[in-house]
Amino acid sequence: MPTNTYVDHAPGYVDNEGPKIVTSRFGYEDSYTLERSLATGGYEGLRTALTKAPADVAAEVKDAVLLGRGGAGFPAGIKWGFMPPVWPRYLVVNGDESEPGTYKDRLLMERDPHQLIEGCIIACYALGLNTCFLYVRGEMADAQERIGTALNEAYEAGLVGKNIMGTDVSIDVVLHWGAGAYIVGEETALIESLEGNRGMPRLKPPFFPAAKGLYHKPTIVNNVETLANLPWILSNGAQAYKEHGSEASPGTRMLAISGHVNRPGVYEVPQGVVSFRELFYGDNYCQGIKDGNELKAFIPGGASAPWFFDDQLDVLLEAKDAGAAGSMLGSGAVVVMDETTDAVKACLRVVRFFARESCGKCTPCREGTSWEEKVLQRILDGYGREEDIDLLLDIGKNISPGEYPVAAFGKANLEAVPFPPKQTTICPLGPSSVAPITSAIRRFRHEFEAKIAAGPQNDGHSQAPEASTV
Amino acid sequence: MTTAEPTEAVTGVPFTLNGTELVAEEGELLIDACDRNGVHIPRFCYHNRMKPVGMCRMCLVEVDTGRGKALQPSCMLPVTPEMKVETESEATKKAQDGVLELLLANHPLDCPVCDKGGECPLQDNAYAFGPGETRFVEEKRHFKKPIPISDLVKLDRERCILCDRCTRFASDVAGDPLIHFIDRGSQTQVNTFPDHPFSSYFSGNTVQICPVGALTAEPYRFKARPWDLEAVESTATVDSTGARVVLQSSQNEIVRVLGVDSDAVNWSWLSDKERFSYEATAKGDRIEQPLVKNEETGMLEATRWNNAAKKVGAALRVEPDRIAAVGGARMPLEGQYAWAKLLKGVVGTDHVDAQLDDGLPGPLVLGLPRATINDACKPGGVVVTIGADLKEELPTLFLRLRHAVVEDGVKLIELTSTATHLSDFATVRFDVTPGSVGQFATAIAKQAGADLDFDVADESGLVEAQADKVAAAAALLDGSVPVTIIVGRGNLAESPRFTSDAVGIFRRLNDDFQFMPALRRGNINGALEMGLVPGFTPGGVQRESAQLDTWPDVPDFDGMDTKEIFRAAAEGRIDTLLLLAANPLQDFLDEDLVRRALANVKTVIAVDGISTETTDLADVVLPAALFGEVDGTFVNLEGRLSPLRAKVTPPSQARPDWMIPAELAIVLGVELGFTTIDELHSELSEVLPSFADIDWDTLGSSDDGPVLKLNRSWNIEFGKPAAAPPATSAFRLVATRKLWDQGTMVQESPSLASLPSEAAIHLNPDDIERHGFVGDSVTVRIGDQTHTIPLTSDVRVNPTTASIPVCLPGFDARTLITGRSTTAVEIRPNGTT
Repeated sequence: MPTNTYVDHAPGYVDNEGPKIVTSRFGYEDSYTLERSLATGGYEGLRTALTKAPADVAAEVKDAVLLGRGGAGFPAGIKWGFMPPVWPRYLVVNGDESEPGTYKDRLLMERDPHQLIEGCIIACYALGLNTCFLYVRGEMADAQERIGTALNEAYEAGLVGKNIMGTDVSIDVVLHWGAGAYIVGEETALIESLEGNRGMPRLKPPFFPAAKGLYHKPTIVNNVETLANLPWILSNGAQAYKEHGSEASPGTRMLAISGHVNRPGVYEVPQGVVSFRELFYGDNYCQGIKDGNELKAFIPGGASAPWFFDDQLDVLLEAKDAGAAGSMLGSGAVVVMDETTDAVKACLRVVRFFARESCGKCTPCREGTSWEEKVLQRILDGYGREEDIDLLLDIGKNISPGEYPVAAFGKANLEAVPFPPKQTTICPLGPSSVAPITSAIRRFRHEFEAKIAAGPQNDGHSQAPEASTV
Repeated sequence: MTTAEPTEAVTGVPFTLNGTELVAEEGELLIDACDRNGVHIPRFCYHNRMKPVGMCRMCLVEVDTGRGKALQPSCMLPVTPEMKVETESEATKKAQDGVLELLLANHPLDCPVCDKGGECPLQDNAYAFGPGETRFVEEKRHFKKPIPISDLVKLDRERCILCDRCTRFASDVAGDPLIHFIDRGSQTQVNTFPDHPFSSYFSGNTVQICPVGALTAEPYRFKARPWDLEAVESTATVDSTGARVVLQSSQNEIVRVLGVDSDAVNWSWLSDKERFSYEATAKGDRIEQPLVKNEETGMLEATRWNNAAKKVGAALRVEPDRIAAVGGARMPLEGQYAWAKLLKGVVGTDHVDAQLDDGLPGPLVLGLPRATINDACKPGGVVVTIGADLKEELPTLFLRLRHAVVEDGVKLIELTSTATHLSDFATVRFDVTPGSVGQFATAIAKQAGADLDFDVADESGLVEAQADKVAAAAALLDGSVPVTIIVGRGNLAESPRFTSDAVGIFRRLNDDFQFMPALRRGNINGALEMGLVPGFTPGGVQRESAQLDTWPDVPDFDGMDTKEIFRAAAEGRIDTLLLLAANPLQDFLDEDLVRRALANVKTVIAVDGISTETTDLADVVLPAALFGEVDGTFVNLEGRLSPLRAKVTPPSQARPDWMIPAELAIVLGVELGFTTIDELHSELSEVLPSFADIDWDTLGSSDDGPVLKLNRSWNIEFGKPAAAPPATSAFRLVATRKLWDQGTMVQESPSLASLPSEAAIHLNPDDIERHGFVGDSVTVRIGDQTHTIPLTSDVRVNPTTASIPVCLPGFDARTLITGRSTTAVEIRPNGTT
């Protein structure tokens, strides 16, 4: 039986054995109140930070090798260093978590909003800026409400706003609700949306947000979980942080596991020491595949990630290892598919999501993703043609030329940006739709071929045209 | 003059294009650098007059900036040193072919019935790129076939390839963000907001820049096929901006006007009036034959040119000071010169005025040093506007100025009686009560250090209340940066005297300030230059200093302006009145005076192309050829000469304007000295120094055209400005003009005729509240008359000011204008007196 200590809506947090860096308060019913936060060490990290020089706080974070938890896994401390000495400058918190299968930021926002706010203030202090925009996904009403309430409490208590904790540091946090668009999780689209425009990504280069972002001022966009780590790092020090996880990827990650496992949910897992095999089968984690079935495939890091199969079970849960194996840990959403899964259907389900969520800006993504969806649907309906498989792969090449997947983080050396991008689009949404197709066809081509060979099946869902005569 | 540095180094950015080493300009976009070097990169969304978005992805090329080859949109990428670009590589081809195939996936292949077919960038690129045959076997996307997004423009969303050109134009260039993307994925579409049509003065530009047939303009839909069109470059004559256009005709009828990308003038943009009012010439109520009034029936009857000319000749054989002429701003320069020569040089009258008391004093306009549009819009400069909302008066100039202020950091100081469509971007904006602009100018000039021998007369404290703005404006006008003053007639209910005063004060502040007359009427600058203004002969020369060897005579008295001419005519002091394409019953502020004048003149001669209420009352009507039917020359507000070209033949017996006075001269026994337009040009070059170097044959071959050197040998004396009227409890009236009005060109164009809105009096919402005006109309009292007028709440109107546009249907605002230096009206809640 899955044991969820906290059930609010969907399967939630699983309180397993292991270090608790960002989920330490999740067990409390009133974990989201200021009272509970203060009673359990809340805002102590901020208090410590304010006793140091901003540059020392930034150095501490850099020293901790805090990897960004939004998807790309870029070290936050190094990202912060890209900001030119230009003011005003802004911190934008990306709370637009909408990658299918990902729901860890939602829990962080709903269960411990004060930890996030504290992280925001620490980051603002370290970066020498006084305005932070907290962008929360449109559909997350509870998170919006809890952050709003928490902000009011924090302002009241002098923890946000003018003269924080009696110092001469003043930082405002502005809560902004999204309008419900996946693409706004992309940082430049989020900035556009925040400026009041339609959420469509900006081309980068020439300008990365750190140089020209919100209102064309230097802007750091950080993920919710990234910032939620800051209070612990400041309270306990970078050294203590690095004692958890692996050397390349210190600390823990929030992983949202869904699909065919016995105990789905969000786990806080030390980075780089646990393998997927342990995650799926270990007693401390998911406790095996549902009904004792065989594993067929799994998506290691959100719908955008190329699929892994049983031969990648021993890959460790860290960005570097997953990247070297040809996919990514991405947003920390692991979707498990067992042997009962129809590869074509699963593929269609993911592609359909991207086709619906394409912002419509770049032609290859706008037209390509919906074309892919239509071809997959046709194959599923039994009207596929032999050439459709190659067609799917070639549409993919027009969105994402060259070999896909590209290990997003394959090299150990931390280049400033993943360049050159292997895509004909501005942002990675379009190429994301290619990942499941190439993954599924590469491994399960025979399933596609079988569907095409079988022809139309009268399953009540799809009907051959001649069968529909009255 | 500085000596050039003896440096031979090539300045610019070196880069490699397909293996050839080339040099790009600093900051130049890759796509432009390739264009300049003869390598064409396909594109849909990129437009050289708008900011790039990198949306269509058609211009992807393989670029290596030292970090490996990558596909980059060349429209977004400034060339950087040592960049290596491959436009023909395998990867580039694959990407471009892929994008084209994807663009066509959902595009309906209805080219045979599409207006764009034959001139369609998508069609052209489909021949050059893409797989040739589609692999897309699914059903295409469907939307309702064309939906009207405004009165003039229809949108077919199925054809749209979502390049963001029209939407970018609407929001970034025109400032009318009324169309936008809605929905997402392959259902993304351009649309308007519910119940907010794309009613922009510039909507036609979106049709011109649409790279497919998604946007079509009502006047041209299904009228012609591109390969049947004949085209000639010309100049728009509906206002004095002089936008460069292409006239396209089919079967001897103009069917479309497109903007030409003239760097100096209109950057390819046009207002809808410039674009669509060609309809008036083809579909308007044209005068096709000479008409003479039958003495018995009082009806105009068609006659032969000889008869009409004889009749006119007889009417011109009276004392010169009993002959007057009004109008002439619509004509090409050649017609204006010929009429000036006939009237002033042959007949000998100086009662000639091209303006209908709705502009600025002729001597003022002729005497000011001119700025070009590019001077005014140069980054780093300051522009002062005195007068009207340029969006209503000179919309294409407005677009250039808007770009300069919004994108290029030109500082704007506004001295206008109502807020304009540029006010949001103004650095300093004054609330100028009618009659007080001279006092504001005085205050600014004094603060900026002008040596004036008088003080600000500010009894009402208006100027004092805006002292901080005065200081800010004075700081901008300290002479450290170039200043252009755009001066127009912003208020028909106010004497132009106040504007002249303000201009004079700025002139005294700094000699280097340049000016631009924002007069509305088409070729008014040509008319003034050709001497269709009392006291002057062609070339802006004062009558007494005229040296015109080819002229038989010059007038020996100083003539009257239009207002005085009508007064004199009403009193029976004028025997012969010529109306040169003028419709004073519509356009002159005192309609009653015009009626009395027309009734008391022995012979009224109307020369016009379109029948109006005024021509109906004439004794002789001579038919003139119109825009698109004659060759000629246009002088815009910069003094720039550009060609007018004939594309279609004039109807029946209508003649080019310049021929009419030439023929009348023969009737009077004189030769005007030219029988062809070339001879007329030779004479102009011979007698006018400013035209001496004009190469008439190549006038149209460059985008820019020569600018007349308008340096005058005489100077206007400017004195103390007229005192502002005292503050009263009454509202000061601002009578403005709208782009869409009851004017002939709009009303005779079927597609435009219904666009003018109903007249309403505009009041500031605070005033409406303070005075307790309820309901949608108010009672306006002027003298002993009261009128009930619809009321509009308008934040652009200053408090204690009432604004009303003239020449609109519903209510004739001219009845409120008294002719005093400013007009005060009492406004009461509706139903009270």
